[in-house]
Amino acid sequence: MELADHGAKSDAPKGVGAYLMAHMREYGLLFALIAIMVFFQVVTDGTLLKPVNITNLFLQNSYIIIMALGMLVVIVSGNIDLSVGSVMGFIGALAAVMIVEWGWPMPLAVLACLLTGILIGAAQGYWVAYWKIPSFIVTLAGMLVFRGMSLWLLEGQSVGPFPKSFQLLSTGFIPDVLGIGRPNGTALAAGVIAAGLVVWLGLRERARNRHYGIESEPTAFFVARTVVVAGALLFIAYKLATFRGLPNVLISMVVLTVVYAFITENTTLGRRIYALGGNQKAAKLSGIKTERLTFLAFVNMGLLAALAGLIFAARLNTATPKAGFAVELDVIAAVFIGGASMSGGVGKIVGAVVGAFIMGVMNNGMSIMGIGIDYQQVIKGLVLLAAVFFDVYNKSKQG
Amino acid sequence: MQPLLEMRSITKTFPGVKALDAVTLSVREGEIHALVGENGAGKSTLMKVLSGVYPAGSYDGEIHYDGALAAFHSIADSEARGIIIIHQELALVPLLSIAENLFLGNERARRGVIHWPETFRRTEELLKKVGLSEAPTTLVDSLGVGKQQLVEIAKALSKEVRLLILDEPTAALSEADSQALLDLILELKAQGVTSIIISHKLNEVRRVADTITVIRDGTTVSTLDAREHTITEDRIVRDMVGRDMAHRYPERERRAGKTLMEVRNWNVWHPEHAGRQVIRDIGLTVRAGEIVGIAGLMGSGRTELAMSLFGRSYGRHISGTVEMHGKPVDVSDVSRAIGAGLAYVTEDRKSLGLILEENIQRNITLANLPRVSAHAVINEAEETRVAERFRSAMNIRTPNVFQKVMNLSGGNQQKVVLSKWLFADPEVLILDEPTRGIDVGAKFEIYNIMNELSAEGKGIVMISSEMPELLGMCDRIYVMCEGAFVGELSADEASQERIMSLIVTE
Repeated sequence: MELADHGAKSDAPKGVGAYLMAHMREYGLLFALIAIMVFFQVVTDGTLLKPVNITNLFLQNSYIIIMALGMLVVIVSGNIDLSVGSVMGFIGALAAVMIVEWGWPMPLAVLACLLTGILIGAAQGYWVAYWKIPSFIVTLAGMLVFRGMSLWLLEGQSVGPFPKSFQLLSTGFIPDVLGIGRPNGTALAAGVIAAGLVVWLGLRERARNRHYGIESEPTAFFVARTVVVAGALLFIAYKLATFRGLPNVLISMVVLTVVYAFITENTTLGRRIYALGGNQKAAKLSGIKTERLTFLAFVNMGLLAALAGLIFAARLNTATPKAGFAVELDVIAAVFIGGASMSGGVGKIVGAVVGAFIMGVMNNGMSIMGIGIDYQQVIKGLVLLAAVFFDVYNKSKQG
Repeated sequence: MQPLLEMRSITKTFPGVKALDAVTLSVREGEIHALVGENGAGKSTLMKVLSGVYPAGSYDGEIHYDGALAAFHSIADSEARGIIIIHQELALVPLLSIAENLFLGNERARRGVIHWPETFRRTEELLKKVGLSEAPTTLVDSLGVGKQQLVEIAKALSKEVRLLILDEPTAALSEADSQALLDLILELKAQGVTSIIISHKLNEVRRVADTITVIRDGTTVSTLDAREHTITEDRIVRDMVGRDMAHRYPERERRAGKTLMEVRNWNVWHPEHAGRQVIRDIGLTVRAGEIVGIAGLMGSGRTELAMSLFGRSYGRHISGTVEMHGKPVDVSDVSRAIGAGLAYVTEDRKSLGLILEENIQRNITLANLPRVSAHAVINEAEETRVAERFRSAMNIRTPNVFQKVMNLSGGNQQKVVLSKWLFADPEVLILDEPTRGIDVGAKFEIYNIMNELSAEGKGIVMISSEMPELLGMCDRIYVMCEGAFVGELSADEASQERIMSLIVTE
C-alpha cells in the first residue's frame, strides 16, 4: 500500500506486452472462446460451425444467456440467486397450464407469466433487501419452493403441446424482407449493420478518449480485436443466412444484451449497483438507496427468469416438472467464467454473455463428439475452476 | 554494547521502484526505538523485511540479530527468535474469546485437545501484565479498539517476545488509551523487552523513545539519540519532510458569518441495546466560514452524533431538529441529508468511505452522479473532466483518475473521499478524524483545504482525537463526554488542559 507514493503501481504500463498483461482477463476470455470454438470445429470435423448447428447453438443457449444478464446484475450487487432454474421451470409450467389446460390466449398468458416472474423476484428480493437475510438462503428456499410448485402445478406430468403461435417465441425466424430466402438478405444485412456498428462505436470511443487524453488500448490491439469481432459477426450472419435466417430468440437476446450492457455501464442506476456491490456501507453513506437497488436486482432477475422459462417451454414444446433443473448452476458458472467476482462490484454483461457462450459451445461440441454427460459435467466444472483461478492468479500478480 | 538488531544496507526493489535503498537500522537491547517517516517512506517495508514477510533472498543487505547473521524465511521464523510484529490493522478474530485469540496457532493443548484450565490461567496472567481485567472468555468483539490493542500485546507476550514491533499502535486510540498503551510499553522495557515503534504522533515518540530513526524516501536520514539530549518535534519533522515546517497548522483568518446549521435537542438511542441513550440533548451551531471542533474521548459519542445527523445512519428513536439557514430541514435519510446541504467524511475511509475496487473517478462522482448525467445516462467525458479537476486541485498524486483507490496511500485516499463530498457541494461538512493515519505533509494539505473551504463560506465540523489539531484549526470547540456536550470553548479560551478538565470533571 505504501508503495503507491513511489509511483510503483501508478506508472501506467507502456507497450503492447504490458497492456496485454494488464488486460489479460478481457482478452483472455475472447481468446478462450475462440480457442474452444476452433478446437471443437476441428475435432467435430467442421460440424460445430455448420449453419444448422450455429442456429442450434443460439436456440439452445438463449435461456441461459438471458438469465445470465439478470444473474450478473444480482452478483454485481453482492448477492446470488439459486432459484432461477426452479423459477424458470415453474413459469414454463404455469404457461402450459394457462395456455393448454385453461385455454388462455397467448398474449395474456405471456403477460401473466412475466408478471408472476416479477412477483417472485419481488418476494425474494423483499427478504434479502429489507430483512437482510442472505440471498443464498432466501433463494435456496425459493429453489425448493418453486420446484415443488411446478410439480404441484403439473401434477407430476408433462403438459403440452403448445399452439404454434407460442412456439414461435423460441423457434421462429425473422421473415426475410430483403431477399429471396436463401441466402437470407435480412440476416446478411443485420450482420453488416452489426459489424459496422462495432467498428463505428469503437472508433468513436477512441476519438473521444484521445480528445480527453484518456489512455486507449494500443492501435494494433484495437484493430485486431475489432477485426475479430466484426469478422465473427459477419461470419455468423452469413452462416445463419444460408440456413433459415435470424432466429427470433437471437434478436431478443441481442437486444437484451445491448440494453443491459448500456444500463450497467452508462447509467446512474448501473453505476450505483456496482457501488452497492463494491461496498454497501460506503454506497449507503453516499446517499444510494441500497435496499431498493437490491430489491430491484431480484425483481429484474425474476422477470428474466420468467422470460427464459417461456422460451424454454416454447422450445421443448412442452412443460415438464424437470425443466430448469440445475440450470441455475450453468447460469452462475457463466457469470463467473465471464469475470464477475463472488464478493460483488465486479463483472460485465459482455463477459457474462461470452461466459455463457463458452459453456454453450462446450456443451454443444462435446455432445456432437458423443462425450457422455458424466465427462461433460467434470470438464465443465474444471473449466469454471480454471477460469476463476485465472482471475485470482492475475489479481495476485497485479496486487 | 553489541546491538540486539542491526540491519545493514537493506535494499528492497519492487518492479519499477526501489522501496528501500541501503537502509541501516541499529537497535540496542532494552531500548524503545522509534521509526518515523512519512507514509510511503518505507517503514512498513523495512519491518516486513525484518519479520520475514519478504523472505531472506528477496532483498539485499544483512540482518544481524542477537549477535549472529539472521535469515528469516517467514513470519514463523522470526517469531521463533522472539521478533513479534503487531500490525496497524489488528489481527484478532472478533467472535472468539480473548483466551482463544491469545493462543491461536499456539494452543495449550495435549494431542490436539485444548487444555482449557491452563489456557485460562495463562490468559489471566497475561491480561494482568497488560493491565486488563476482562474475563478470558470475553469475546474480542465486545472490547474497544484500545483494549483490543492490549490483547494483541498480551498475545505477543505469550510468545516469549524479545523484540516487539508496533506499527502505528495508537493510530486508532483515544488520548487516554494511548497513554495507557505507552505506559505499558515503558513497563515492558523495564522488564527487558526491546521495542520498535512506528508512529506518526511525534509527541508520543518523544515521550517514550530512546532512539529515533527517521526514514525518508527509502533511505535512513538520521538516527537521533533522545536520551542524551532532547529532540524537538520540529527537528524530527524537518528530517521527515526534508524541509523546515515552522508551522504545523496553516494560518487561518477567522470570519464566522451567519448561522448555517443549527441542531437542537438531538437525542439518539443505541440501535441494539434498548434503553441506552447514546446522544443526550445536544445543541450544535455552525456558522458560515467557521471550523467547529468536537473534542472528546473515544466512545464519547462523537461519530455517533455525526452519523445520526447524516441521514440517521446510526441509532434509533432519534429526536431533535436540524435547521439550515433558519429553516427546518429533513435529514431522515442520507440522500435527503445531502440534499439539505450536509456531507459526512467518515473516520473509516476504507470500509465506509470508499469503493476500494473502483477507480478514483468513480469514487469522486458517486455521491452526486446526477450532476454528470443527463436523463440518468452518465456522461463519462464530463465525469473524467470533473475527476481530473479534483485530482489537480486536491493534489492527488496519481498519473490519472483511473487508478483503483485501493492502490493509493492513506493521504491520497482521504483526498479522494474529500473530493467526493466536495463534488456533492455541501454547505456544512462534518469531517470525522480527517487526518487519521496520514503523513505530516498530507495532513498539512488537508488543513489547507479546510481553510479554503471555510474561506468560501462553508461550515466545517471537525471531529478529532488529536487535541493539538483541534486547537490548531478550530474557531470554536465543543467538548463531548458520554453523549452530551459538557462545554464550549472559543479558540482563545481553549487549551488541552481546559478540554481535559471539562471531560474529567463531568
